[in-house]
Amino acid sequence: MNKRNFLYRTFDLYYDGFRHMTLGKTLWAVIIVKLIIIFVVLKIFFFPNYIGERTEKGDEPDFVANELIDRALPDSP
Amino acid sequence: MTNLFLSIDAGTIDWSRAQFALTAIYHWLFVPLTLGLAVIMGIAETIYYKKRTDFWKKTAQFWQRLFGVNFAMGVATGIILEFEFGTNWSNYSWFVGDIFGAPLAIEGIVAFFMESTFVAVMFFGWKKVSAGFHLASTWLTGLGATISAWWILVANAWMQYPVGCTFNPDTMRNEMTSFVEVALSPFAIDKFCHTVISSWIIGAVFVIAVSCWYLLKKRHTRLAVQSIKIAVIVGFIAALGAGATGHKSGQTVAQVQPMKLAAMEALYNGGNEMDLTMIAWVNPIGQPDYTNEAEPAMKLAMPYGLSMMATNTLDGYVPGINDLLNGYTKEDGTVEPSADEKIARGKVAIQALADYRKAKAEGADEATLNTHLSTLNNNYQYFGYGYVKDKHDLVPSVPINFWAFRTMVGLGCLFILFFGLVLILIFDIPMVSLIFRRLFSALGLLDERSADATAPADAMPRWLCWAAILMLPLAYICSESGWLVAEFGRQPWTIQDMLPTWAAVSDLQSSSVMITFFLFLILFTTMLAVEISILLKQIKKGPDATLNDK
Repeated sequence: MNKRNFLYRTFDLYYDGFRHMTLGKTLWAVIIVKLIIIFVVLKIFFFPNYIGERTEKGDEPDFVANELIDRALPDSP
Repeated sequence: MTNLFLSIDAGTIDWSRAQFALTAIYHWLFVPLTLGLAVIMGIAETIYYKKRTDFWKKTAQFWQRLFGVNFAMGVATGIILEFEFGTNWSNYSWFVGDIFGAPLAIEGIVAFFMESTFVAVMFFGWKKVSAGFHLASTWLTGLGATISAWWILVANAWMQYPVGCTFNPDTMRNEMTSFVEVALSPFAIDKFCHTVISSWIIGAVFVIAVSCWYLLKKRHTRLAVQSIKIAVIVGFIAALGAGATGHKSGQTVAQVQPMKLAAMEALYNGGNEMDLTMIAWVNPIGQPDYTNEAEPAMKLAMPYGLSMMATNTLDGYVPGINDLLNGYTKEDGTVEPSADEKIARGKVAIQALADYRKAKAEGADEATLNTHLSTLNNNYQYFGYGYVKDKHDLVPSVPINFWAFRTMVGLGCLFILFFGLVLILIFDIPMVSLIFRRLFSALGLLDERSADATAPADAMPRWLCWAAILMLPLAYICSESGWLVAEFGRQPWTIQDMLPTWAAVSDLQSSSVMITFFLFLILFTTMLAVEISILLKQIKKGPDATLNDK
């Protein structure tokens, strides 16, 4: 590939940069661990889609309407 | 009188609020340093671009390395807030997601593309791209972070001042009618200017503190002195700018969130020609008896200051807590309804919504639907008040707002003095610097030699170096205090006048929210300890190592 090619130079920037990281390796390790904790552990086990789990697709407005109306007017039919 | 600490129950609302606050406070530890360091490392690299000396290259690379550590640690911490919206604040998310989601989505796209591109060039590109392109990438990294902040602050500002939307009772969503009104609301502009400029203070204090540590250790003194020179100019301008933008923010708050201003000032009864409270005794752990007390005890005030701050006139009218609860007549003659009237109209709006949806489900005719819609629209501005049972629930925590505001302003004034003093000493301003040196010498704060010597490394007395290091936690306390005022001051609203916290929150078990709160506390503390340890290691290492050295 032509080394003056923009795509090659872009690839080389990232490839060479990642290959010669020093402190960057530690930082990436921390970032990856953090992303795993956030997206795999927290998102799946602790942060479900509250409305999505309690309604069928398309029924969300009814669910939210009931929630919001009941909390202000608990005796409302 | 309610004791605030004792009145916190282990309910879902309180734990959800606590969890959100914890996440936001943790996230905000990284953001201001990113924004602030971006300016200083940009200036350092600009000087390198002009001078092309190895010293300035190393200086720019050193601050970029610390920027990189902070940036990496802050990455994705804000995403947890978005998870919390969907789980803990699901009613809120559905109710305003169409509006709130737009700036957050733009922020995500801008942050991803701008920052990931230019951060890579900044760290990997020193030997790969031209000096000019590298310099542009460094500034664009900072600009990308600042634009990200803009969209986040637009979203936050909209919650405090909801504009450019209309409520659709069929979808139960507030839908955006004007993107420009949302993106350029005066509240967003003030918030952006004040928040970003105050972030530069943290960047400046950080650089001065690290540099002073080097001066105390007598290491890298040239880098330290030159970095202080950059940082102190940025910091001094930012501290003055934060004061000016804070004044403007105060005026906006006076117009759109008068209850927040009244809580910040512990202003129980308003009027014309109002004084600005400098200090007063407001019990820090209990809501004051604002109904029966005229004003806080031991009040020391600046005459006409509050009227000036809120209205730009000496005799402008500023409502107090009781005026806002009982209703008052504004200076233009319009009457602001009492809280009881707003509550009643809010209930009418919610009842009209219930009637409309019931009628629609039963296939009622157009005229019936329009009648309910008309009632809803006529009272919608007070929709959120329909959830309020006791009008005193509309009063945010006076002690937290009062003391957090004074902490922010007091520390802001301290930073102006600090930066001013460092500016005089580090630039050795003729006469003024000598006067200060002689004064410090007379007070025993500077030895005789340093009182006369003006070698750059001696410019900062040791006590001032230690003071600079102490300033760093104070800068964070100042910044977080500002957010406490912004967020506690708007209570009980998640969206001003539209949705209180107890309507916005999901009906989760409080124990599960409590567990995640403590889980986050452990997680965030661990992550913070890791960041500080990596940061300290890099500071100890000094400017000789580069991020991408081969």
